[in-house]
Amino acid sequence: MLPEYEERIDCAELPVKTKEQLKNYLTGKDISAENFDSILARVLTEYQNTRIEACEAVGVIAAQSIGEPGTQMTMRTFHYAGVAEINVTLGLPRLIEIMDARKEPSTPTMTIYLKTEYSGDRDLAREVSWQIEAAPLHEFGDITIDMENMQIVVHLNVAVCEKRKIPVSDIVEIAPRKIRERRHYRDFEHETGESDATIIFVPKNRESYQNLFQLAEHVRNVIVQGIDDIERVVVRKESGEYILYTEGSNLKDVFEVEGVDTTRTRTNNISEISQVLGIEAARNAIIYEALSTLSEQGILVDVRHIMLVADMMCMEGEVKQIGRHGIAGEKESVLSRAAFEVTVNHLLDAAVANEVDELNGVTENVIVGQPIQLGTGDVKLIAKPLN
Amino acid sequence: MSNQLNVLDHIMVPDHKIMSEEEVSQLFSSYSITSEQLPKMYHDDPAVKVIGAKIGDVIRIIRTSHTAGRAESYRLVIKRPKK
Repeated sequence: MLPEYEERIDCAELPVKTKEQLKNYLTGKDISAENFDSILARVLTEYQNTRIEACEAVGVIAAQSIGEPGTQMTMRTFHYAGVAEINVTLGLPRLIEIMDARKEPSTPTMTIYLKTEYSGDRDLAREVSWQIEAAPLHEFGDITIDMENMQIVVHLNVAVCEKRKIPVSDIVEIAPRKIRERRHYRDFEHETGESDATIIFVPKNRESYQNLFQLAEHVRNVIVQGIDDIERVVVRKESGEYILYTEGSNLKDVFEVEGVDTTRTRTNNISEISQVLGIEAARNAIIYEALSTLSEQGILVDVRHIMLVADMMCMEGEVKQIGRHGIAGEKESVLSRAAFEVTVNHLLDAAVANEVDELNGVTENVIVGQPIQLGTGDVKLIAKPLN
Repeated sequence: MSNQLNVLDHIMVPDHKIMSEEEVSQLFSSYSITSEQLPKMYHDDPAVKVIGAKIGDVIRIIRTSHTAGRAESYRLVIKRPKK
């Protein structure tokens, strides 16, 4: 292909992707100037024809295009399936979760990528996973309840601590602090013996067995290593590198762990993404999650529809749900809001607040029985008097 | 902290750039819109903090689009409303 042609393609008013496709198609082909002209002209008109018209009701089309395949999904699926021994919500429940902009998905999971130094080595990947997986104290040693002296004795297993790469002194310091801070249980005193790796917990009330057992429960389950929200980590090898899959999600804390690739690691918790990475990342996450949920079920929905939905949800700077607490509930028109959900409340509130409906939208005009400003309703005929 | 997190390096975060006043007025006149009609983003958005934009700035966002390959979008930085 002549460099002159390439330049002309670059200058044309076409999307980058179309330009690249055109270039790829033309490379290695011998094309006369005349042919090239007609090819480019044809591509330009085709592109113009595929563009959506101004004032087209894209929202309705998007709603149909996602809604109809959605009905297929309800009937066909088992909504729960495992990826790498980790259960994730799939199908319609997941789609609803995304559109409702839930603060927390029912099955939060993360996909943690590792830096190149760590991603090739199974042992290093395992070490990173120990820094992430929440491990309770009972995994690090024996916990015995000494009824005679009314105390709880923890003997740490030094070999386990070494294997898990956590110094005994750290556990001894973290355990009592975390019981107070995270579990909000303060009715105890503790003594630490760092040399023989023991911690002794003594309840303040030494008369009650109930207190002793309650304290034992806290001691057993206090998390001394890893990130509290992440219950389980699975290491898997995928296309030549080790990837960690987790049950539970905490993007912010995981980013601070040594060895984690902070450019690729992701979570399925969209509100967390919007907090940590910003609204634009949340928009991308909505598109990605919705598209993968749908295509997982073998349902093909054009990205454009999902992009529109994601754009609407992220318009105001935070993720808003589609529904009465979000987009549908913040519409300008009273009638439009009343047509969606909780009709009476909206009409009553509007009456109290003396609201006026300008009848600019589609829904309002359908309700009052006027032509809408779309399609044939958009055309106004003006008679020209015959002189 | 060993991993200094730069939000803009993440694959899910597109490029954010503060637009100059000239560019902004050109944008408004070419689409004949006002700043109120732009999509918004909050002043405490992590990406806004990284590029150091202030309230009232318009940010050009260069996305890698599924459909067009590359798409530009604009957002106005506003103050996060109090709940």
